[in-house]
Amino acid sequence: MSLSGFVQWLADTPWSVQLHESLFGYPLLESVHVLTLCIFVGMSVLLDLRLLNITLRRVPVSELFERLAPWLFGGFAIMMVTGVLLFFAIPIRSYHSIWFRGKLILLVLAGLNAWTFHGTIWKHVREWDTAPISPARARFAGAASLILWAGIIVFGRMIAYNWFDCDLHQSAFIVWAAGCPAGPQ
Amino acid sequence: MWAIDIFPFFQWVEATSLSNVIRESTWAFAVIESVHLLALAVIGGSVLVVDLRLLGMGLTRHTAHEIWRDAYRFFVGSLIVMLATGVLLFFSEPTKCYYSTPFWVKMSSLALALLFTFTVRRQVLKNDHVSPATGMIVALLSLTFWFGVGAGGRWIGFSG
Repeated sequence: MSLSGFVQWLADTPWSVQLHESLFGYPLLESVHVLTLCIFVGMSVLLDLRLLNITLRRVPVSELFERLAPWLFGGFAIMMVTGVLLFFAIPIRSYHSIWFRGKLILLVLAGLNAWTFHGTIWKHVREWDTAPISPARARFAGAASLILWAGIIVFGRMIAYNWFDCDLHQSAFIVWAAGCPAGPQ
Repeated sequence: MWAIDIFPFFQWVEATSLSNVIRESTWAFAVIESVHLLALAVIGGSVLVVDLRLLGMGLTRHTAHEIWRDAYRFFVGSLIVMLATGVLLFFSEPTKCYYSTPFWVKMSSLALALLFTFTVRRQVLKNDHVSPATGMIVALLSLTFWFGVGAGGRWIGFSG
């Protein structure tokens, strides 16, 4: 089954239709998804600012990570679950949204950034835990994370707008980027 | 509902050129809304990290006072961005807000949250030591008020 076939199949499942048409289910999911920003991205921002030596400088980096980790991972889990369900409610339009596609790319980049950070500089965190200035790679990871998550929030918000939807007349680039199905636009 | 009719004020706001500019622009509302959301993450983090500490969670090896002092400028900075973008969002659709229950829930919660944050919570956090009971009450009230602001805010978009 192709990806677009899979998305089409998702959209036809009764649960997807019910979620999409629900009076409170969808708005509740959306609210939880947005408010969890405070927990997950809020904590991430503090960690990133700490890596950039901007705040909580008296707290060792490793301590900050370890103490905030449950909130970070808990928040991330809620974000992912509600995010997947929001996609499940509106699969086809999301699949053809350039904002949604851009958001996924930024998410992958944010994941790679975190993965690289933990695989390299984080292994020696004891050496720079309380250093007045974090190593350049740690500062880079913090700055990259801040920018990527800001992008993810903005792209996520923009999914709500139909400026680049396939059912409107779009430029060749958007048709390509959104993977719009062929046929009269 | 009101002893003094405040609806003309909302109509006046809607007639301002600022209101028209935002309403008629394709991008303005979306961009302002995005900045509002970005500041939400920052204000959320700076409130949560302190309130969690007051509840005995998170950065427990440091005092609530220390964390509050460090997080304070990010709280104030993001609050200013929140208020500025929030006013602009209000300007774009004031009469819709007037008839929106979530809007009034949000504004009431915001008034309580700000009043509480800059009086009781601030006084408590100025002390080096906060008793667990006081910390818990202050944190729960703070989280409740801010949750009302956030949930009310999200729900404005669902009504009408």
